[in-house]
Amino acid sequence: MTALTLVGVSHHRAPIDLRERVALDLDACRAMVERLGGEAVVLSTCNRTEVYLAREEDAEDEAVAAVTELAGDHAADLSAALYRLRDEAAALHLFRVAAGLDSLVPGEGEILGQVRSAFEAGAPGPLLDRLFRQALHTGRRVRVETAIGESPASVPSAAAALAQQVFGELGGRRVLVLGAGKISEATARNLVSRGAEIAVVANRTIAHGEDLARKLGARALALDAVAAELEHADVVVSATSAAGVVVSRETVANALHARKGRPLLLVDLAVPRDLDPAINGLEGCFLYDVDDLRAVVEETLSGRRGEAASAERLVAEEAERFRDWHAALDVVPTIASLRALAEEIRDSELARAGGRLSETERRNVESVTSQILAKLLHLPTIRMKEAAAAADGVVYADVVRHLFGLGEEERRR
Amino acid sequence: MAELLVVPALLAYGEAAFAYAGELRGPGLAGRLATWGVRLGWLAQTALLVGQAASAEGFPWGTWAGSLNLFVWLVVGAYLIWGCTPRYRLLGLAVMPIAALLLALAWAGGGTTFEEGDRPGVVLAVHVALMLAAFAGLTLAAGMAALYLWQERRLKRHERGVLKVRVPPLDALDRLAARTVLGSLALLTLGIGVGAARFERGDFDAAMAVTLAVWATYASLLVLRHEGWRGRRAALVNLAGFVLVAIVLPLTHFAS
Repeated sequence: MTALTLVGVSHHRAPIDLRERVALDLDACRAMVERLGGEAVVLSTCNRTEVYLAREEDAEDEAVAAVTELAGDHAADLSAALYRLRDEAAALHLFRVAAGLDSLVPGEGEILGQVRSAFEAGAPGPLLDRLFRQALHTGRRVRVETAIGESPASVPSAAAALAQQVFGELGGRRVLVLGAGKISEATARNLVSRGAEIAVVANRTIAHGEDLARKLGARALALDAVAAELEHADVVVSATSAAGVVVSRETVANALHARKGRPLLLVDLAVPRDLDPAINGLEGCFLYDVDDLRAVVEETLSGRRGEAASAERLVAEEAERFRDWHAALDVVPTIASLRALAEEIRDSELARAGGRLSETERRNVESVTSQILAKLLHLPTIRMKEAAAAADGVVYADVVRHLFGLGEEERRR
Repeated sequence: MAELLVVPALLAYGEAAFAYAGELRGPGLAGRLATWGVRLGWLAQTALLVGQAASAEGFPWGTWAGSLNLFVWLVVGAYLIWGCTPRYRLLGLAVMPIAALLLALAWAGGGTTFEEGDRPGVVLAVHVALMLAAFAGLTLAAGMAALYLWQERRLKRHERGVLKVRVPPLDALDRLAARTVLGSLALLTLGIGVGAARFERGDFDAAMAVTLAVWATYASLLVLRHEGWRGRRAALVNLAGFVLVAIVLPLTHFAS
């Protein structure tokens, strides 16, 4: 039977400096697959690099050599961090990876796309094709049947989820971004991915603000000109490096009359804070600072961990299905030979009797004998597959081969 | 025997109310069970009302308990239009316990029996149906207002679990409540207009006075929205209007 071998390194046992030595982009994954030859898939993300091989003989050494080679001078450190899994354990591991259960943030969605890309860049044969398709199915199933991926896992995504809690669909909602740093950009992009429109980027240095504004399709403004923009904004994201308050309660209060009661969500990601905390007391204004958002993320992450137990059950179920399928490979050639032998006997007997039968009689006999064969072989086929799942498949296959002389038939041919 | 249809309706509404409470812990099976409870209960109550209408020669919901029965059916029917979608499921937590309680009250008051009924004439029947439909819509709008205030408070207080419970977006609740009030106010205006056709000098009573106050409150709410009275303020006016609705319903039957 073709064996499945997995050798890899991940964030559980390897520090980042070791992981980055063995990290590969998709082209490098493809090149490694070509070097390895046969059925092979290489999965490499920021948290793991794994080699999956399907071989008739033991392929662990081959896989270990391929990963260790990547580490260069650090091969000794790497070998201590490597894990080696086979068959059912390897499948269970991949299914957990695809479901996001092996990730730093349980249920994170990016990994499923990375597994798909690795599969597409690999060289799967019958075993790895089935394995990766089922892993993708498992990942999707876990996200549909549990709430593990529903809640935000980072501060920017929590800000965007809060905006949706206030406004619903974000299509057409205007966002005012204060500050042009990485945090502002990450939060703005998260809002854009949910349909919001970045209207203005305001920054102390206008040139920096213009760079981000260009990327986001927005206008750039100086920080001291934001008061007039508050009237039109639905969401304000602030992450400047200013030492004091950038937007006061009075500034927002002055804009409220013109807003005609429309709600305003303000997200202050700066330390020290940019937005006057008293703004939260204004009617229709919801102000969240970075600590508030972190608390929301922690709470939702605990919910994700709770959902992980249900997800683990689904993954175990899928791993069992894969194990049954894989084990049935032991008996598939025997079943095929048995059916071929039965068909051969039927054909030869039909040929002998053919001359004595009319066309209608011949069709009737063909139909009846075909049904007899199907019914006669149905139960042995099922029983052999069941035995294969219970690890007795090889014994059963040998007995069937002996009883029906399947090996002898093949030898005679 | 057909009168016993109130039992499955009541059981299903009660089940839905409990299941909606379970939905608070997170979306899933409880929400789906609640939705099916509402659907099945409403179907049972519909069959009950059809049976009542078929067996009565006149208007079978002329008593306070009969009106309450019809009122609950209208409220749940209005909720069913969109309330069972996952995003709005939690509104059921505000609607279904009240619906179950009022239906039980209608049952206890004999409003679910099959009797001949009054013969109030077409005009009065249309008037009562329009008024009840309007009050049902306003009850639903009050449910949305209550949900708005609850969620707004959670957002203002920065509750850690604010994203764990799937509540309709604040802005959507505000707009939907306003639309429901608008539709209900149109029905209420028609109902008052139809009732005015039968009005005679000396008929004016407390129920009519409160009904007019209901109309004025909700009409003011819609006008004030244009002036920026949205969100929290609109929700509070909405609930104040509902207090008047809660007064006018029993007043119509017990004080007129």
